Amino acid sequence: MAINLNNSNVATRENRIGSITGYIGSLSDLASQSECGTLKGCSRCFSQSSTCLSMCALSQLAGIRDIALIHHGPAGCSITGAGVYYMNKVMAKKRGVTNDTVYVGTDMNENDTIFGSTEKLREIILEVNKRYSPKAIFVSSSCATGIIGEDIDSIVDEIKPEINVPIVAVHCEGFKSRIWATGFDISDHAVLSSIVKPPKEKRNTINFKNFFESARPEILEMFQHFDLEPIFLYCNSTVEELSHISESLATTCICGTLGNYLGNALEEKYGVPYIRTINQSGIVGFETWLRELGRVTGRSDKVEKYIEEQRTVYIPQIEEVKKELKGLKAVIGMGPGYTFEVSRVLDELGIEVVWALAWHYDKKYENGDVPPSMKYLLEHDIDFEASVADQQNFEVMNILGKYQPDLYLSRHPGSTVWAIKNGTPAVYVADEYMMFGYQHTLEFAKTILNTIRNRSFEQNLAKRTKLPYTDWWYQQNVDTFLEEAKK
Amino acid sequence: MAKILDTQRYKCALGAMQTVQAITRAIPILHSGPGCAQKLSDDNGSSGYFSPNIFPCTSINEKDVVFGGMKKLHSTIENSLKVIDADLYVVLTGCIPEIVGDDTGEVVSEFADAKKPVIYASTAGFKGSNYKGHELVIDAITDQYLEKSNTKQKGLVNIWADVPYQDLFWLGNIRELEKLIAELDLMPNTIFGYDRGINNINRIPEAEFNLLVSPWVSLKSMKKTEKKLGIPYLHYPTLPIGAYETSKFLREVGKFANVDADKVEAVINEHEKYYYYLIERYADLFLENRVINKQFSVVADAQYALGITKFLANDLGLVPGTQFVVDDTPKEYRNAIAEEFEKLNYGLKADVRFEVDGYKIHNEIKEHDYHGYPLILGSYYEKELTQGLQGNYLNISWPVQDKVVLDDFYVGYTGGIRLIEDIYSVAVQRFN
Repeated sequence: MAINLNNSNVATRENRIGSITGYIGSLSDLASQSECGTLKGCSRCFSQSSTCLSMCALSQLAGIRDIALIHHGPAGCSITGAGVYYMNKVMAKKRGVTNDTVYVGTDMNENDTIFGSTEKLREIILEVNKRYSPKAIFVSSSCATGIIGEDIDSIVDEIKPEINVPIVAVHCEGFKSRIWATGFDISDHAVLSSIVKPPKEKRNTINFKNFFESARPEILEMFQHFDLEPIFLYCNSTVEELSHISESLATTCICGTLGNYLGNALEEKYGVPYIRTINQSGIVGFETWLRELGRVTGRSDKVEKYIEEQRTVYIPQIEEVKKELKGLKAVIGMGPGYTFEVSRVLDELGIEVVWALAWHYDKKYENGDVPPSMKYLLEHDIDFEASVADQQNFEVMNILGKYQPDLYLSRHPGSTVWAIKNGTPAVYVADEYMMFGYQHTLEFAKTILNTIRNRSFEQNLAKRTKLPYTDWWYQQNVDTFLEEAKK
Repeated sequence: MAKILDTQRYKCALGAMQTVQAITRAIPILHSGPGCAQKLSDDNGSSGYFSPNIFPCTSINEKDVVFGGMKKLHSTIENSLKVIDADLYVVLTGCIPEIVGDDTGEVVSEFADAKKPVIYASTAGFKGSNYKGHELVIDAITDQYLEKSNTKQKGLVNIWADVPYQDLFWLGNIRELEKLIAELDLMPNTIFGYDRGINNINRIPEAEFNLLVSPWVSLKSMKKTEKKLGIPYLHYPTLPIGAYETSKFLREVGKFANVDADKVEAVINEHEKYYYYLIERYADLFLENRVINKQFSVVADAQYALGITKFLANDLGLVPGTQFVVDDTPKEYRNAIAEEFEKLNYGLKADVRFEVDGYKIHNEIKEHDYHGYPLILGSYYEKELTQGLQGNYLNISWPVQDKVVLDDFYVGYTGGIRLIEDIYSVAVQRFN
């Protein structure tokens, strides 16, 4: 990919890497169509609400410590700031640091949509700088400011000489892309173009792109075996830390969807190797990833020793739980960075995936390859029915209604509750480290076991609730509203 | 004009989707970007029969911005009627269609003969706050769905209070208001929450009057209803919390509805007896806890800022410091609300600020002398601030992260007791 850090705009995933949000078929078909380039996404003539890319972009940036984020738009856009405030306090406390990041809105009103409000925006940026002396300032647009043509780039350029910290425009018009993960790319682009400096020296650090660094203590400990130091991005990152990520030995990520823009960009611009294996979930994933990390950083011997030690402790325990999971059937719905990874882990645990939904699908990664998680499944003859749907819950419910699986696994807020109302036990795969490495794979297996062992909660609720979809809908095919699919 | 929202405490007009969500079996259909619903939703009781992630949405894209999204809106409404089992479909427009000029009214009018009612409200984010959005939904129901009734049901009263979900206690409060009104032998009618919905909406025109319990929210809607449906209204600006205000409230409602004064006094007497039985038993805790001081500040919307100030002053004998109203109250209502803050016992007057800039609010609180531990009732943003001042803090206004409320409430006699329980739970945990 060619990354242009001189332009504050990032092309959407649809345009850049052919990502789609509408497809129904099978995993093997999806993959073969991606490889031969015939895959085209479908649109829907009926859809339910999903997620705004600005939420992904700005929540990522707002995790950075002691920065200011100014979200130029009506009050609904900047309301993300309320959640960010809470998360930042909680995450900082958990790690024992402080985070004084501020997320400010501009409460744009009807007059502003007619006469513009860039002057006011300018005042607000300067006021925020005066109040908090942030370490960096991100100025974001919204749908409304985008359509009326507020020129936030010019405002930022004008202000730049007046303040002595990095300041950058972040283009977050929600209508640009149906793929909220485009927001991750937008945040990476903003960090790369404003904070990251060219390398001066090499360090024994590894850039570790994740969401909430919940496995930080154990990864710190593990990396000590290899004389490596992780820098977790962006939750609790400092601007100073970020300015040096070009000096790291490698970049890795917990979720390919989250990390692939940054990883590729650092490799392309500064020669920092990006580790492109399947992710660290499950045994095979963890070992594959760790071996590649060892290879890239020249620490293969230490890695092999670590793997051997860990296997002795955990493999017998995991084999024991597997006996009880064998034969279970699951439906899963997640972002593509997880769908195909979790499918693999479930296969490792002896659970059969009958249908997997990916909230979107990246036909190719930035380097032009088919996503590694997908490649792995195909090479190992794992195939199942698959669809791509941006959290279209009515499609999920139609599938659950037809398949009545033992288990539904989902990674997005508000999604698991619908499965349990269907009487299907559900596991909320919220934490990105939920099946990281040996220990968490074991815990994950036990969580599944506990979930299906006691189905009282979902049975009680399912008995007493009515589902909101009509009988008509349950009798339709899942692809009823996919427009091009029917042709 | 745009302004700084530092520690933001309200949403945009499209937050009206939560008002629709609070009407059982009513569903919002969003003509907006794909992520508006998720942004505007909270996890405080949102996974009901409908939840924000299943609200139909046109998910406007770049093409729709250029060519308009009316065709997509049509198919979304048409298919919502097929897929989703609801009683009322409320189309809400976001920023984009209103800027690019989609005629939502025209598309909705094509569904005039649909089996279920379809109405719409122009709730673009830039039109104002979610308080305003709430009014727009009630107006849409009045304008597009309700017709004037020739018959009235004796004693039937429509009760309107503050904004569902924005108000943590909305469900409990409206149920408790119903109970109090029913005790006056009136028949309450509300449209929000469990077991209410389209049938209650249908009864609205038959009411003898509307009762609005809010400093300003929905006042315009009451005027509209009076004009279109011929329903007079009683505006009671203070959320009645505790014995003093609730008794006053019952007397005023009784008088307006021509309820026999003896009946009203009997109801009041019964409640006050029990209320003061409880207060008497705990009076030692209130006086001798060494932790709760006399001075307090509330940082909340007009409803709670006013209601709690009156309660703490008139029932518990505390003294108000500066009070902060953070809901961007429209200017035309501010004087009347400020006057209410001056009607406290013993000629006490509370200083009130209408302020949406949390930075300024926090500085004022820091500078104020509370003569001891400050008592701050506010949003989650006030938690760290109050801790820094070694004060006592209770999370009563949005955003809420410190409290889970299923159907608890602060209104009425019982509500006052609940608020006391919450405040003194903070006090007794202080040195735990």
